[in-house]
Amino acid sequence: MEYLLLFILLPPLVGATLNGIFGRRFPQSVVSLIACGASGLAALFAIAGAWVYSALPTNPAPFIWKYFTWIEAGAFRADFALYYDRLTLVMTVTVTLVSFLIHLYSRGYMEHEGGYYRFFAYLNLFLFMMLTLVTAANYPLMFVGWEGVGLCSYLLIGFYFRKKSASDAGKKAFIVTRIGDVGFTLGVALIFWTFGSADFQYVFARVADLPPGQLGNTLTAIGLLLFLGAVGKSAQLPLFVWLPDAMEGPTPVSALIHAATMVTAGVYLVARSNVIFSHAPEALGVVGLVGCLTAFFAATIALTQNDLKRILAYSTISQLGYMFVGCGVGVFSAGIFHLMTHAFFKSLLFLAAGSVMHALSGELDVRKMGGLRHIMKTTWATFFVATLAISGVPLLSGFFSKDAILAGAYQGPLGGPWLYWLATITAGLTAFYMFRALFLTFHGSSRVEPAVEHPAHESGRKMTTPLVVLAFFSLVAGYASLPRVLGGGEWFDHYLSPVFASSESLLRASTLRPHTEHLSELAVMGISVIAAGAGILLAYLFYLKPTGLPSYLAQRFDGVYRVLLNKYYVDEIYHWLVVWPVTRGSEAILWRAADSGAIDGLMVNGSAELTTGAGGILRRMQSGNLRSYAAWILLGAVLWLGYVLLQ
Amino acid sequence: MVPLAHILALSVILFGLGVAGFIVRRNIITIFMCIELMLNAVNLAFIGFARYLGNLDGQIFVFFVIVVAAAEAAVGLAIIIAVQRNRESLSIDDLDSMKL
Repeated sequence: MEYLLLFILLPPLVGATLNGIFGRRFPQSVVSLIACGASGLAALFAIAGAWVYSALPTNPAPFIWKYFTWIEAGAFRADFALYYDRLTLVMTVTVTLVSFLIHLYSRGYMEHEGGYYRFFAYLNLFLFMMLTLVTAANYPLMFVGWEGVGLCSYLLIGFYFRKKSASDAGKKAFIVTRIGDVGFTLGVALIFWTFGSADFQYVFARVADLPPGQLGNTLTAIGLLLFLGAVGKSAQLPLFVWLPDAMEGPTPVSALIHAATMVTAGVYLVARSNVIFSHAPEALGVVGLVGCLTAFFAATIALTQNDLKRILAYSTISQLGYMFVGCGVGVFSAGIFHLMTHAFFKSLLFLAAGSVMHALSGELDVRKMGGLRHIMKTTWATFFVATLAISGVPLLSGFFSKDAILAGAYQGPLGGPWLYWLATITAGLTAFYMFRALFLTFHGSSRVEPAVEHPAHESGRKMTTPLVVLAFFSLVAGYASLPRVLGGGEWFDHYLSPVFASSESLLRASTLRPHTEHLSELAVMGISVIAAGAGILLAYLFYLKPTGLPSYLAQRFDGVYRVLLNKYYVDEIYHWLVVWPVTRGSEAILWRAADSGAIDGLMVNGSAELTTGAGGILRRMQSGNLRSYAAWILLGAVLWLGYVLLQ
Repeated sequence: MVPLAHILALSVILFGLGVAGFIVRRNIITIFMCIELMLNAVNLAFIGFARYLGNLDGQIFVFFVIVVAAAEAAVGLAIIIAVQRNRESLSIDDLDSMKL
């Protein structure tokens, strides 16, 4: 098993190295063979690992293997050790599967773009880092993966580096997530300081042994700090601003990194650290609150956006918020379930958007689309499936996962009516804006510019096949956990219970919530269906029927409309609050005063001036006048003699 | 017996005169004469010590000094003649081409 586990990680690393170093000389077919082969192998090994692990007699205990000592500095020790349990299984299989499909898609998508080998090298590297992140057995190693995916995100967002907006977006992503990383680092440091180790097995065991209430403040601090890292990486309030800009990257990047994998790292972090959070309910409450607020906030912005990828980006932020709600109310497995289903339908949405973009020669403004379902049947069908899934339409995967979260939001240990209703309203908004996107892009009459419309055609099989596969998963993945009330066995929830059960029961015990009304799960389901239906109906009325309602509302509520369209001016606020002071301050103080003034002026030029000045004085000794030479010799002799005599 | 102090005093005075002349005078040949004066002052000192310590080492050393002085005078005068032919001047202030 230990080899198998390592072999999940190795192919992408090898692929990245080969393509990175030699890729320039390879033809496109070789590059894509290496890259897709690597991710395919990773997927294969992930499935094999799942198989082998399930057959282990120690299942469901985690399988931990130390490969070599990485850091050993005094009392601090971090090994290159991998940790495999059921949560890891879910994560690795999801990540590698989606990644493989996206690699295949990219073969078609990136065919005519420059830097083919560079793209695939980065993509493979990203996969390696992400796998390291989810299989790490201690926080420092996880942080390696954490930072690694951040790096690849920067490289890939700024892939079209000659375009200023793209390279700016890459920098923005890296810098904003860095702020979160401070929290992560401090959290890990605090863990080490408190427990003497940052190893998962050791720390979780120690925390679990603590009587509830002890070390509460420390654990809350740890939880909040780790969550800060998650806020940055998973684009929650207030560090979400990098994700919409990240759409500058090629669409497969948006699909893989900013929908299915990297942004879910924060959720994984919280889920993995569930033992810590279960002893720190206050921190968990913050997680749920932030997640819920983010979900609502992002959904409202998505209502008005005109760029297809931006709509999807804000949708991602919103759905990530849902995942954090799941974890935050204590139903961790629901959060992870939604992570999995979301990976499928969101990456599908992005890939389909990429297909549309490809067909329309780069057009992304939904106002200039329409009627595409006649030209691009496969893309339309798969996009439709994904839209149904994300809107929580019954029988598709999104319905089951979102429902599990909503139920938890109401009934879970840390849930409550406010959270539940806000999340449900957001679900309605989600259905609305997603169907808006669908209708504006594919339905109705064509508003496509004539020059673009003529050559538009459905994308090739290289791109549409992954779409179909992902659509399939979006349909069926939900059946991994049919709720009890519908006759299912909630298999997914049970499957992950060894990872989460103790935390969930601890939370239930420690947070005695008076159950005022026990909204049955059927009722929850019914309400969410109504919300979704309302959203879809509204979208239909707005955008399919020519009622002129959207433009009327936009004019009537012009202020609100503009605030939403401009994303609540958050970027502008940040610019005024943070960016401008920092850049101007750096300019004035660090650049002019310190660098130019002190270092250049005082130290560099100053020492030069000093030397020249001294030289100027000493130069007078070399006057060419022999008599002065004689005098200097005399002076020297006298001084020396005096010194010797007076010794 | 002449007291040692007297001899040394004379030596010092001669040396000092030599130094002063070396620094003050402009004519190269005069400077050379001052160099000889200094050397001879040192010789005097050696002789004085030799007498008062009853040791002939001082007198032997004087021989060395005389020989060196003679050789140095020969070489130096050769240089002076070369310089004089070149610059048509015997003033030491005119030998100033090695200034920064």
